[in-house]
Amino acid sequence: MTDLSQATTPRPHRPLSRQAVMSKRRAQMRRIMAESVRAVLLLVIIVIFLFPVIWMALAAFQTQIDIISPGWGFTPTLRNFDRVFSEYNFLRYMGNSFLVAAVSTALSLLLGLPGAYAIARFHYDWLGVVLLAARIVPGITFLVPWYILFSRAGLNGTYIALILSHMIVSMPFIVWVMVPFFEGLPLEVEESARIDGATMLGTFVRIALPLSVPAIMTATIMSFIFSWNNFMFSLVLSGDDTRTLPVAIFNFITYASIDWGGLMAAAVLITLPVLVITVFMQRYVVSGLTAGAIKG
Amino acid sequence: MAPHRTTQTRTSIIHLRRRFQRLSFILPALIFVVVMMAFPVAYNGWLSFHEWTGSARRAPEYVGTDNYTELFTQSDRFFPAVKRTFLFTGVVVTAELVFGIGIALLLRDAFPGHTVVKTLILLPMVATPVAISMAWLLMLEPTIGVFNKILRDIGLTPQPWLGSQSQALWVLMAVDIWQWTPMMAMITLAGLLSLPEDPYEAALVDGASSLQSFFHITLPLLVPTLLTAVLLRSIEALKTFDIIYTMTRGGPGFSTETLNTLAYVRAFEYFRLGQAAALLVVFFAIVLGVSVIFIQMRRSVSMRQAL
Repeated sequence: MTDLSQATTPRPHRPLSRQAVMSKRRAQMRRIMAESVRAVLLLVIIVIFLFPVIWMALAAFQTQIDIISPGWGFTPTLRNFDRVFSEYNFLRYMGNSFLVAAVSTALSLLLGLPGAYAIARFHYDWLGVVLLAARIVPGITFLVPWYILFSRAGLNGTYIALILSHMIVSMPFIVWVMVPFFEGLPLEVEESARIDGATMLGTFVRIALPLSVPAIMTATIMSFIFSWNNFMFSLVLSGDDTRTLPVAIFNFITYASIDWGGLMAAAVLITLPVLVITVFMQRYVVSGLTAGAIKG
Repeated sequence: MAPHRTTQTRTSIIHLRRRFQRLSFILPALIFVVVMMAFPVAYNGWLSFHEWTGSARRAPEYVGTDNYTELFTQSDRFFPAVKRTFLFTGVVVTAELVFGIGIALLLRDAFPGHTVVKTLILLPMVATPVAISMAWLLMLEPTIGVFNKILRDIGLTPQPWLGSQSQALWVLMAVDIWQWTPMMAMITLAGLLSLPEDPYEAALVDGASSLQSFFHITLPLLVPTLLTAVLLRSIEALKTFDIIYTMTRGGPGFSTETLNTLAYVRAFEYFRLGQAAALLVVFFAIVLGVSVIFIQMRRSVSMRQAL
């Protein structure tokens, strides 16, 4: 595409021959063609990626009869949302999800930030390798032993079990994001702080952390999203009172006849916070999702 | 002699204190790793040589390598699950890579609405997988789903989709490709934007077409980034659980059962914890093996490029 735009950049004044005018026009035509092809392709891509989400949102505002009927039209209703809150106890699950995501993220930061700093500054490379291994080990490998141990300790179905299990995803992820960032911070500032008598902890808290706010934002946002979306750990470890949203919504489809409208309303409600975060924090989400893949 | 000695002990005390301070940074993380990760993995290995239903009244019973023999010689679900896991991973990662590169190329140059498009295509991968699965379930529903509605409206035969043993796995692949192509696109795009300009200018001078410069400059330069992206995606794809379990639970029949869902069913539906543990050891070995192959490939590529 670059060569085409280069071809149409205006040259210094020179009377153009008929042929030159023709080829210039042809190049322009080709450029317009290429641009419209790109616009059409982009439109198709957006439609494909958004369609399921839009369809979900549309169905959330339809009655069961409208969803089941072979026609396309419907009269919007809010009854599904009303039912999700009044009949299916959704507020409770939402609270559970929020609590587990917030606490597991906070604790993961508490453990992961100093850990990542130590790996970057004091070269505990082996710990980095161990935490990387956590990303490779299938989560279900931990789940069987946890299930046994948590039930022995009477912790099955408690928030503690859920929070600890979600941390197994967030903590290594936070380290994975933070280590390259800490390594990239200039050493000089921290060294001069040390010479001025700051302790190791003081340097970390007052110098390194404030300089790392963007990376910490990325780590926090992604860790929250991972926990909010987590299904498998919660499916096994949550109880009736501690059930999180993904498990609650999965239980919808075990009823004999599926309440599609309610199901889609629930799906919209669970997806909404994540969508809002993504739209407003797009930059951090992108850097979180591509973390570790870009560095040479 | 004596004063020298004191300075030595003092420096060693300072040294020790510093070491301790440094250790205190990683200690909480380390304890977590040992208790929550290392111990479970070891316990899992131990359990794989035992048979246990998880009952508190009956202790795990040592059975030697029976669980592994059962897996490799008697189970008629293990090898099909291995095959499906690899088929699923191979197909989705390849498709995601190809589509991802295409989308990244479309998004490389800025245009009006560039950021909006980049934000919108993030939706499939950040949206809660279970919620997304539910939306796909509705769309794929044979009688009321939108896909069959469209097929009927344009006069084609409606399809059973997830209800068919031959189609279900492919439908799940399509959902996974929908979900994760944006990830490949984002990583490729970031890689594209970090490429040097010089080779392109040289190619332009030499009169290379844009297709030529893509295959001879862009693609080779992108290989390390793409390999990492493929590695990350392959690890995740081998472990895919959410969409498979929520949409088909491994069915119909066992036609969409992968290693992860098989292990889940054995552990938490049949409560054959020893058998599940043995399966998990094998599963872990497979994922580790695939990761090592990719990491080696990436290392050799970056070494060749450095030369």
